[in-house]
Amino acid sequence: MSHDFLQINDLRVSFPTDDGVVRAVSGLTLSVGRGETLAIVGESGSGKSVTAQAIMGLLNPLATEIDGRILLDGVDLLACDPEHRRSMRGSAMAMIFQDPLSSLHPFYRVGDQLIEAVRIHQDVTKKEARTQAIDGLRRVGIPDPERRVDDYPHQLSGGMRQRVMIAMALINGPQLLIADEPTTALDVTVQAQITDLMMDLQQQTGTTMIVITHDLGVVAEMADHVCVMYGGRVVEYGTTDAVYYRPSMPYTRGLLASVPRLDGAYDEHLDPIPGNPPSLIRPPSGCVFHPRCREREAVPGDLCSTVEPDLVTAGPDHRARCHLLTEGTP
Amino acid sequence: MAAYIIRRVLIMLLLLLLLTLIVFVLFSLLPADVARLTCGKICTDQTIELNRIRLGLDKSVFEQYWLFLSALFVGRTYGIGDGAIVCEAPCLGWSFTKSEPVLELILQRLPTTIFLALGAFVLFLVGGVLLGVYSALKRGGWQDRTITSVALIGYSLPSFFFGLVVIYFVIIRWQVLPFPQYEHPWDDPVQFLQTMILPWLVLAILYAAFYTRLTRSQMLETLGEDYIRTARAKGLPERTVIRKHALRAGLTPIVTAAGLDLAGLLGGAIILEAVFSLPGLGGLAISSVVNPDQAILVGITLVTATFIIVANLIVDILYAVIDPRVRVA
Repeated sequence: MSHDFLQINDLRVSFPTDDGVVRAVSGLTLSVGRGETLAIVGESGSGKSVTAQAIMGLLNPLATEIDGRILLDGVDLLACDPEHRRSMRGSAMAMIFQDPLSSLHPFYRVGDQLIEAVRIHQDVTKKEARTQAIDGLRRVGIPDPERRVDDYPHQLSGGMRQRVMIAMALINGPQLLIADEPTTALDVTVQAQITDLMMDLQQQTGTTMIVITHDLGVVAEMADHVCVMYGGRVVEYGTTDAVYYRPSMPYTRGLLASVPRLDGAYDEHLDPIPGNPPSLIRPPSGCVFHPRCREREAVPGDLCSTVEPDLVTAGPDHRARCHLLTEGTP
Repeated sequence: MAAYIIRRVLIMLLLLLLLTLIVFVLFSLLPADVARLTCGKICTDQTIELNRIRLGLDKSVFEQYWLFLSALFVGRTYGIGDGAIVCEAPCLGWSFTKSEPVLELILQRLPTTIFLALGAFVLFLVGGVLLGVYSALKRGGWQDRTITSVALIGYSLPSFFFGLVVIYFVIIRWQVLPFPQYEHPWDDPVQFLQTMILPWLVLAILYAAFYTRLTRSQMLETLGEDYIRTARAKGLPERTVIRKHALRAGLTPIVTAAGLDLAGLLGGAIILEAVFSLPGLGGLAISSVVNPDQAILVGITLVTATFIIVANLIVDILYAVIDPRVRVA
């Protein structure tokens, strides 16, 4: 297995606030193989975006405490020189954000924003950079790129803007692309186009991809592996098939049950997970999910509320963090 | 873009016309009897009446307004015969206390005021923006706290008090600088600088305080924007992120404030000019109040208001230059 292109070991991210320390990510360990697509799913506040920004180095160092190791192709991102890390942003690794309108600078032409991205990392003339920008726009399926390159973001539709963001992220041929909810802010019809585009481009370029989403449809379509996060922890990890067909953690089961299915019965009701996401300042004792868990009766004693379960093997290439797997009564 | 500018210029011309009307009506509503004020030392009822006719005050308000407005383009003659006073176009009125055209008086004073305004403007804008950016970048640190508190003090100081304190220490106690004695820079550049440095600094400190606070809050707001995160994700050096992406986006309200402040200063920093005895528009305005001369006051009011209107036009055009979304509006 080539599970070593991106390796995250025991990542801890916390933000000191007036109310206490927010532990956004608590001991996250992950790896992504070269050319693979990993989906990170979870509800708001589960730590998925923070993890992505920690990889990219976009968290404000003055307001954040980061611990652990993030190895990208052998380079320790948290330990290396900040200047070296900056030079890797946009070239070795790139990122696409949720809202393409607010993510593009409203005052600059899209072409100029692309040209800027090219010229940070490549020693080329403005003219060559412009040619690359136009090619980049053509590659993401923007019609008439020679003209569109001089448009301002407000002159483009939402889907077009996200295509521009993708073009900008890919323009220096990054080995790792992180997409943070790339389709959430788009119309449903456009969502599918963007998902297809990203998959096409990945096949062409072989870029390793991390897709952060709460759209389980996107996950099923794009991802090789899925990582389910809850309360700043990985609670389940495995191949997409394994996690979809044999979810081994009650939270994952709840997540899957709360998605409407086209093949479901007409009068079938959705089954939401009760309760609210946990406080990251004072997380619940034991298993972070236990206050909302509907299956904890199956675990003897008060194990769930006192001891935090480890990530244990739930099958081939499949791990989950649940006492049911070790202590549960079938 | 061209259509935008043309539309703005047309609106401005309309506003200027409206402005002359408002200023004229306001001043004609004042209880002061201009005919009496300008009739000279020996004032009989008869001379006042003659004066009233000479000034056109016997005509209706509309006719007077028309005379005033047309004087701007074709000039105006007060009285008839040998004693007539000719005020050539563009005539902004005639000062009978100083026996000079009002425009002439204003133009004599204007350079001083422009030098004062521009010097202070450059100082407070550069200083305020730099301090504001620095403060925002060091948010919550001791540098930020120091700058913010000093700015608050500077913001709340009255200019006459601050000016007098500075004069007392720098000129009287420590004798670092001679007493202010204004000379035009082309006559005596050293004397000019020695006179202007204190009023520049005083004005700059008072205004910079405001710009520091404004820039700081603008920067903090824009630094939280998504496109700033995108700029960082591209791998831009932090310096470029701040300069090219954050500062430009936070600039719009600063441009508005700066344009209006500059226009206001060009109308004369009335109190400060008096404190430093600078022969500018502010001093002229004060002397025309103390020694009543309505023609001058009308002229200064019009000129000052024109500055504000023109500044608004420039600000509007700058908006469109800075923010492409404005151009379509």
